Amino acid sequence: MSTNKFSNPVVRWIDHRLPIFSFMDHELNEYPTPKNLNYFWNFGSLAGISLVIMIVTGIVLAMSYTPHVDHAFQSVERIMRDVNHGWLIRYIHMNGASFFFIVVFIHIFRGLYYGSYKAPRELLWILGVLILLLMMATAFMGYVLPWGQMSFWGATVITNLFSAIPLVGDSIVTMLWGGFSVDNPTLNRFFALHYLMPFLIVGVVILHLVALHRFGSNNPIGIDPSGPQDTVPFHPYYTIKDFFGLSVFLSLFAAAIFFFPNFMGHPDNYIPANPMQTPAHIVPEWYFLPFYAILRAVPDKLGGVLAMFGAIAVLFILPWLDRSPIRSGNFRPIFRIFFWVFAADCVALGYLGGMPAEGIYVVLSRVATAWYFLHFLVILPLLSVIETPKPLPQSLSKSVLGGTAMVGAASAVKEKI
Amino acid sequence: MMKWRTALIFCWITFVTNVFAAGSGDVVLKHKDWSFNGPFGTLDKAAMQRGFQAYREICASCHSLDYIAFRNLSDLGYSEAEIKAFASEYEVEDGPNDDGEMFMRPGIAADRFPAPYPNEAAARAGNGGAYPPDLSLITKARANGPDYLYSLLTSYKEPPSDKDVPDGMYYNAAYPGNLIAMPQPIYGEDVTYADGSPADVSSISSDLVYFLTWTAEPSIEKRKRTGVKVMIFLLIMVGMSYGAMKFIWADVKKV
Ligand code: HEC
Ligand code: HEM
Repeated sequence: MSTNKFSNPVVRWIDHRLPIFSFMDHELNEYPTPKNLNYFWNFGSLAGISLVIMIVTGIVLAMSYTPHVDHAFQSVERIMRDVNHGWLIRYIHMNGASFFFIVVFIHIFRGLYYGSYKAPRELLWILGVLILLLMMATAFMGYVLPWGQMSFWGATVITNLFSAIPLVGDSIVTMLWGGFSVDNPTLNRFFALHYLMPFLIVGVVILHLVALHRFGSNNPIGIDPSGPQDTVPFHPYYTIKDFFGLSVFLSLFAAAIFFFPNFMGHPDNYIPANPMQTPAHIVPEWYFLPFYAILRAVPDKLGGVLAMFGAIAVLFILPWLDRSPIRSGNFRPIFRIFFWVFAADCVALGYLGGMPAEGIYVVLSRVATAWYFLHFLVILPLLSVIETPKPLPQSLSKSVLGGTAMVGAASAVKEKI
Repeated sequence: MMKWRTALIFCWITFVTNVFAAGSGDVVLKHKDWSFNGPFGTLDKAAMQRGFQAYREICASCHSLDYIAFRNLSDLGYSEAEIKAFASEYEVEDGPNDDGEMFMRPGIAADRFPAPYPNEAAARAGNGGAYPPDLSLITKARANGPDYLYSLLTSYKEPPSDKDVPDGMYYNAAYPGNLIAMPQPIYGEDVTYADGSPADVSSISSDLVYFLTWTAEPSIEKRKRTGVKVMIFLLIMVGMSYGAMKFIWADVKKV
């Protein structure tokens, strides 16, 4: 361990005993990164920053929030009116959840298109899906806290789903509720868990990053860098690019916060929760709509719940469903078409999740749900066998030379650093 | 490639606009050009003062305004003395005093608006079983709140001949289902404005929209003003970081 690359003697002294500076220098400064990453690679750092924004604003909100059915709604309104800049903090947190999901959805679709889930990044991908699950649980419980009409009825509908589980279902629901309906104990435990889970996410993000730095980023061409000529040091090249992306992201985020803060919310959540009065339509937050559509597409309650969780579960095994050795969709002409059909299918599911479950919407939801699973369980495995990929370039720096298609693809463990 | 992307973006926009337009149901809304609309929107203080007067003289006998304290009225441009005067017009319950008794005293600036009914049951009993909701948040608690409120107050009509209007219900073209338990609250000339402004149904309703938009979000003006500054800052940051990025990447060979 050489410490002499640091000129500051204090830094040198510390680093010799606790190599934290070497670590940071290695992982954030020299860290070799493919030089051909496009803007879709900005979304990982944006997700990390979103998480930090949520944790910081969340802790400040918790200082003035009261988790009690008689006071929760009022305490949120006090934050909006009487706490200095409370309205700003709350609008950041409220819209932050939506922006976090937008960012993570784009991040995931980036991975789907460029095959970032393939060897040797399977665990990296699985940790990512785990983050998605934890995010969904966190967002769901967070939405209950203001104790408006949608908070209450959303919580009632979703917790009730667990009763579909055979044998233990009812006990699980009673445990979630802390009683026999959504009530004060439910609000209390949801608050405790909503405070806890983001820190679990931080833990998984750290593992996600450890796994990422093992082999480095994938890239739009999908072959491994063949040497230093294919990479640039992370700093300053990607720090500045991430900073630029952050500026654009913050501009859009700020526009929402300051000019349409309630656009992505539901007006009913400004009505205090009332267990005696069911809203005309109970709809979850927009980022849950595709899953909600899948849930309702299956006529059987247990079946619906299984399908909804199955929609995420297939993501865990995706690396073993798509066996094509070619990572990037750019070199897979048929895959590429199906990728966009799949993306459109997800958007359609989102649309259908927001519509009443009747008439043509039910039929369309079933078709879209079937396609969702067909894509993963049939199309991807089949394509891995029948598709002829386009020729890959020999290296990131060289253009296509024609001929052999498989150079550097697949799982060859990259020897670097 | 490009075509697919355009199609996708199109689908997404259709989806978003549809989902958020949903909920307005079978009613026709009148859209007005409110001064608080848009990024540079501001509240009209004179209109809010008139709306406040209309609320006190018309709506306050049935609807509470729980989240507003008298002191908040300084936002409408009232002086401290005027606010004290408003507050002292009300008797509020306080206590217990040293003898353990509750007592009545004149309102002070820190008091919240006294509600017309002590609880929901009393409110229902006084209104034929229907509950007049608290109005503090009403413009945020309905889709297109300001337009909806304006339409609701101005859409009492003769029912179409095929519509059955039961006793205690009134026909309103803007209310979902068209049958509302609130009798028409504004007929025109219900209030006399000190500044001589017109007091027809449409003007009073519009004044109330200004007032209740403020009660729903007293920080609305500050939010938009701050927003403009933040956007200017961020757009400069976008430009500068873009320039810095191009500068730093200039020496990297294109792939
Ligand atoms: C005589 C009592 C009374 C007066 C005066 C009155 N309201 Fe109401 N209001 C009601 C009742 C009762 C309801 C509940 C209606 C229902 O549930 O059908 C109601 C409902 C409402 C609603 C909610 C409609 C919805 O979408 O659910 C609004 C907004 C409203 N009133 C505004 C006003 C305004 C503004 C004024 C003053 C101009 C006013 N009201 C005066 C009794 C009154
Ligand atoms: C809190 C949420 C998340 C954070 C903070 C986060 C953070 C990051 C960061 C900083 C990177 C590196 C930059 C990049 O390549 O874009 C990355 C890469 C990656 N992430 Fe995430 N991520 C999150 C969620 C997810 C989810 C939900 C998935 C998948 C389901 C996922 C899958 C991946 C994959 C596969 C990579 C490697 C991508 C590549 O190099 O091509 N991540 N993540």
